Amino acid sequence: MKSLEYLVPKIVVEVMPKAELLDPQGKAVAASLNRLGKSEFTGVRIGKRFELTVDGPVDDAILSDVRTLADEMFSNSVIEDVVEITVDGVPVEVSL
Amino acid sequence: MRIGVITFPGSLDDRDAQRAVRMAGATPVALWHGDHDLQGVDAIVLPGGFSYGDYLRAGAIASHAPIMAEVIDAANKGVPVLGICNGFQMLAEARLVPGAHTRNSHQQFIRRDQKMRVENVDTAWTNEFAAGTEIIIPMKNADGRYVATDETIARVEGEGQVVFRYLDVNPNGSMNDIAGVSNERGNVVGLMPHPEHAVEAGFGPDTELAMASGTDGLAIFTSAIRALAAV
Repeated sequence: MKSLEYLVPKIVVEVMPKAELLDPQGKAVAASLNRLGKSEFTGVRIGKRFELTVDGPVDDAILSDVRTLADEMFSNSVIEDVVEITVDGVPVEVSL
Repeated sequence: MRIGVITFPGSLDDRDAQRAVRMAGATPVALWHGDHDLQGVDAIVLPGGFSYGDYLRAGAIASHAPIMAEVIDAANKGVPVLGICNGFQMLAEARLVPGAHTRNSHQQFIRRDQKMRVENVDTAWTNEFAAGTEIIIPMKNADGRYVATDETIARVEGEGQVVFRYLDVNPNGSMNDIAGVSNERGNVVGLMPHPEHAVEAGFGPDTELAMASGTDGLAIFTSAIRALAAV
């Protein structure tokens, strides 16, 4: 039996710290891995994942809103990049 | 002279900022984040704290608060605006000052009495200092690392928008030891250390002269009064 959640479209926005900036959280985890002897992992970076749900279908207006929010609220373009937006796992290109 | 101090959910130092405004000789006005009303104040302070738990990013959610529409409008018209710590983070998130903040490079919360140099004494919040004055102001933060693109750093350095610079110790890994910056006009200033905690002898940072005797923060508030009197 499918859960109700399956029927609700899920929009995912993924945000990462900019590659050129120090990521103190990732660095701390990388150092921990090294202490555990997991030296095969040469780097760790930690980002954020936003899961958005809507009641109805995901139309262009909603995707446009998501793109704006991703750029202006979920991320700060000085320090972060929006790396991907997906709807039910499918990457979407959203132009404003 | 009426200086507003905005309280957000999670503000900690709003009352301290009001007290500093009073000790500087102005009338503090308590403002509320959820209002669209600056009550006609002459200047605005965004106080320190952990608004909205600093969820999302430090100061990010607060930068979208209802009253911030009026703050941004006032700032663009030249009204003096000071952002302290979390308030500085809000100013950066609202793009009223250049740059952004990330977690301290050492990943730890830090509290120390911090020495800084006042690099620009032409802003609305630093005109009572002599050029190059060294001051000691308490700081306490976890997300205080000032960062910006190389182009932005070059611009703020070149345009004199670096207002305060850390001396002796860079407490959080901030680029170019930057502790505070202003907008291009100089009416909006943000800094990580807390000048409102250094306004009364006996309750300030330690100095070489006596314990808790530091009052270096007071001139930041009297500067705004002077800037307003000059208008």
